[in-house]
Order: sequence, then structure tokens, then C-alpha cells
Amino acid sequence: MTIINQEQTTEDIIICRNIHKWYGKHHALNDISMTIKKGEVVVIFGPSGSGKSSFIRTLNALEEIQSGQIIVDGIELSHDLANIEAIRMETGMVFQQFNLFPHMTVLSNITLAPIWVRKWPKAKAEKVAMELLERVGIPEQAHKYPGQLSGGQQQRVAIARALAMQPKILLFDEPTSALDPEMIKEVLDVMKELAKTGITMIVVTHEMGFAREVADRLVFFDEGRIIEQGTPYDIFNNAQQDRTKLFLSQIL
Amino acid sequence: METKMEPPKNTIGIIGWLRKNLFNGWFNSLLTIIFLWIVFTVLYAALKWVFVTADWTVIVVNLRLLLVGQYPQDQIFRVWLALTLVSTLTGLSWGLWKGTIGNLAIALGASFLILSLFPFSGEVKTWLLVNATAIGLGYVLGRYFPILRKPTAASWILLFPFIIVLLRGLGTSWLPIVGTNLWGGLMLTFLLAIVAIVFSFPLGVLLALGRTSKLPLVRYLSIGYIELIRGVPLITILFMAQLMLPLFLPEGVTLDRVLRAMAGLTLFSAAYLAENVRSGLQSIPRGQYEAAQALGLSNFKTTFLIVLPQALRAVIPILVGQFIALFKDTSLVSIVGILDFLGIGRSIVAQPEFLGRQREILIFAAAIYFVFSYAMSYASRRLEKSLGVGER
Repeated sequence: MTIINQEQTTEDIIICRNIHKWYGKHHALNDISMTIKKGEVVVIFGPSGSGKSSFIRTLNALEEIQSGQIIVDGIELSHDLANIEAIRMETGMVFQQFNLFPHMTVLSNITLAPIWVRKWPKAKAEKVAMELLERVGIPEQAHKYPGQLSGGQQQRVAIARALAMQPKILLFDEPTSALDPEMIKEVLDVMKELAKTGITMIVVTHEMGFAREVADRLVFFDEGRIIEQGTPYDIFNNAQQDRTKLFLSQIL
Repeated sequence: METKMEPPKNTIGIIGWLRKNLFNGWFNSLLTIIFLWIVFTVLYAALKWVFVTADWTVIVVNLRLLLVGQYPQDQIFRVWLALTLVSTLTGLSWGLWKGTIGNLAIALGASFLILSLFPFSGEVKTWLLVNATAIGLGYVLGRYFPILRKPTAASWILLFPFIIVLLRGLGTSWLPIVGTNLWGGLMLTFLLAIVAIVFSFPLGVLLALGRTSKLPLVRYLSIGYIELIRGVPLITILFMAQLMLPLFLPEGVTLDRVLRAMAGLTLFSAAYLAENVRSGLQSIPRGQYEAAQALGLSNFKTTFLIVLPQALRAVIPILVGQFIALFKDTSLVSIVGILDFLGIGRSIVAQPEFLGRQREILIFAAAIYFVFSYAMSYASRRLEKSLGVGER
């Protein structure tokens, strides 16, 4: 299965070379290099403070790196604002705290970027938004405000909002960590459906069941470094590093 | 076995409530009685003064002066016309949007009708009734022609410069110039307040954004301006506007006294407004910026589509509080010789024939200030409520 996947998607969509990032004296990302292929689903996991969130946020320049190189979909991330905005149009992001815009309806949340960034006519943006809401299973909530929805519903709206820009890459930053247990499943189900569509996904999560089922590759972060990576089978059954084994034994 | 339990009914009547809260024990009963006696005495004295002792002729005789200052008698129709425009638009908005503006329209219309029962001259009565009718007509029009929404909104924006031109005149035989030195009274108070509010709002928002900007030059200029203005009393600024502003203007350009006062009030208010808006900006969580940026929105769009709408909504109560304060602060312009509402009042009691009548004038002024301040406060409360939909 992995071989077929590689043949279909030989194109590298994200290339990171020797990324370093410091917060003050704290070395948050220490020489990270990683290549992600088109259509790959990568799950990043690790203890809190291991740099996994920082890493995913450097990919759309929400966090700045101090040295190294990031190339997303052929565009090199630099200080040039035009490059940054071009990359952000290709990458959708879903946050731990949803970060929906509370002063807009669900529909306006989703149509905002297509209308103002992609310059779509309103009718087209709304049509696409309704299709996306169907896809995440809550078309009936279109005219409500985010504050009137449950956490799980809000996160599904956030996914629809990220998809509305028709990105090539989706970044998930702990999408289920702020949810009540009974709502985690509805969000994970949507994410599983997405993974099947062939979109490139990078997911920071502790949901190892999701990782085992969906991921093409698992990456273990600790203290700002990549400690180990491999297929779910390799990581769960045949981890090479003691730190990986220890962490897995703690969360499984 | 599950039985549905109803909440207990509130069975205590008024007497029960009184007993429970005001007369439970000899000490509380005593306090209640003493307090009632104090209230009664004060109220009795106040009402007796208002209805028996006070001589309100000072208001009646000088009403025109109090309302429009020395605006020439033969041009007074312009003020009425301006008021009628406001009435018409208020009526239209009532018909189009209902809600809060409706309540304000009804209050305005009712005031016109009640005032028309007073023994004014026939001309005044006619205009009052014309205004009341304008509100009614506006309502009917708005009710049946929803198409008028955009024109009405645009008219509100154009109304203000139009009124200024109407009052000042074009120098033609139809509309001879009426210099601002003749403007005065409540009309001038309104104009000062509205100009200061309308212009200080965008200026204040820009200053707040400037103060939170990442560009050092913009940030320090904004901080410098805000702190400089906040460090100086309003009276000083009004004096400075009278004396210093002409120095900064190119030769040949002259601003008259009223315009200079308007500039002073605007510049003063903007500094405070900026700080209020900044407090709203700071209440917006980082995640909102990040979400907007992650969607590819530029900084400019993030600010105007995501951050400002939420920040301004959060500070409506503070902003309205500031506008109410500004409305009353306009009375300070009498210090630089401009006869606003309160200024006219004070000049009236300085005349020998109205000696000792300052109580009546001050009470009247207080009542008028209260009515309009309360109307603003009421409108803001309703606005907050209607915007509260779906709030966090």
C-alpha cells in the first residue's frame, strides 16, 4: 500500500531544511528537517512543550523561524509578505480553540476569506460554503452564531472555513484537545473523511487511534527535535527509541 | 419514579413584601419611617419650589435666545427646516428599521405634540405640528417602501453637512450668510457635540490603531499625541484652539471662533476615544488574528473585518459614556466667549431684570441636558442588546 502511494505522489509539497527557532533562550525547534509528499497524512505527536505546535505554525508563518528553509508548494517562505500570503492561500489551518469569528454567522465565517481574498462573488462563496457545511454535517446551523453551537459543531465549522479556500494542505493544531469527550468523535470522523480525499494533512494530536487508522506517517517530537518517525505499524509495534516507547506507554 | 416538579409560585403580595423587607423588626421599621419622612420632606420642598416659588417667566421670555441664540428672527425658518429634516429622517428610519429608533421617534413626535399645546406663537405651533407630521409621514413612507433604506442611510450621512450649509447660508438672496457669531443656544450645543463626536470617532480609531501599530514612527507619534492631549485640561485646549490654531493655518485661511472651538473639542475627544478603543483592541484574543491570517487575510483586512468590529462592540458603553460627557463638556466653550446653551443662560441671569433667577435657568438647563444624555444612554443600551446576538 505504501509503495502505491509513493508512486502516485512523488511530488514533495512541503520541504523543511534545518529549521531553528528560539523563544528567548528556549530552543523550541532544534534542527528540524522534514519532507512531506502530496496527499500524505502526517501525525505529529509528543509531550507538551516538545515543539510540535510551534513546528506546524511555522509552516504558514504564524511563527517566524530564525534559521533554516521552508518551501511550501514550491513557494519559499521568506519575509516577503506576498510569499507569506500566497502560502497561506494554499494552507488551511484548524486551531485547538476553534478561533471562529464570534461577530459573524457560521455562513459568513466560511465565506469571508473566499470573498475577500479570492474575490469570489458572494453567491458562489455561499454555495460552496453550504456544500462544505453539508460535508461536515451541519448545514442547518448556517445562520447561527458560533457562540450558539457546541464545541464539536464549532470545530466542524472551523474545518469547513479552512476548506473554503480550497487549500492543498490542511494543518490541524490539536483539533480535539479542547473538546468534551463525546464530541471528539464527530470531529475525528470528519477528519477521516477528509484524509480519504487525498488532501495533504498535517495533524498535531494525541488521538493515537486516529493516527493508527489514518496516518501514512507518525512523527515523534521531543525537546524541539524529531526523535523518530515511521509508519503507524513501525511506531506502535517496533519503536526504536526509548523515549518514544516511554511516551507511548504513558498515553496508550 | 420520576415526578415533574414545578418551581414554587411566588405567593407574597405587596403587603407581604413590605412586611418581609421593610418592616421586619422594630429597628428596620424605624429606619423605613425615618427614610420615608426624609424623602417626603425633600420632595415636598422641591415640588413646592417648582410649582409655587419659582418664576418661570425668565425661561418663557428668553426661550428663543436659549434655543437658537441670536440667530436672526427672519431667518429662523432655516433652523425649523433643519429640524424638520431630522424629523423626517427619524420617521423614515422608524418605518424602515423599527426598534430603538422607533421609540426615539415616538418620544420626539410626542414632545412636538405636547409642546404645540403650550401658548406659543402661531408660527411656532405650525412648525411643531409640521415636525410631528413629518415623523408620521416618514413612518408611513418607510413602512411601505423598504426600497428607501439605502437612500435614508445616505441621507443621514449627508444631513449634517447640509444642515451646516443651510444654517450658515450661501450668500444668495434666498440664503444670506448668518455668521457663526450669531449662532448660539441649544442649537449650537448640538452642533458642537455632533461635530466633535462625528470627527473625533474616526480620528480616535486611527490613533488607537496607530498606538498598537508595529511601525515605531506611527506608534510614537500616536502615543505622543494621546499623552500630550490627555495631559492638558479641556479649557486650555479650547483657549489654545482660539489663539494658536490660526498660527498653523496658511495665510488667507481663517477659521471663525465656533469652528476653532469645534476643532479643539474634536482633537481633545479623539485622544480619549483612542484609549477607549485601544482597550477594546486589547480584549481581542490572539487566536482571532491568527485565524484571520491563516485564511490569507492581509493585516488591513484583518483589522477592519475581524478586529475592529469586535473591539468597537466591546467598548460601546464606554464610548457612549464619553460622548455623553463630551455633550456636556461643550458648555465649556462659553469660556472663550461662545454662547452655547449654558453660556446664554448665564448671560441672561447677568441682566438686571432677571437678577436672582439663576435657579430657574440652571434647573431648566439641567433638565434639557438630562433628557438628551438619557436618550443617548437609552439608545446605547438598546444597541448593545441588539448587537449582543451570538456574543461569546
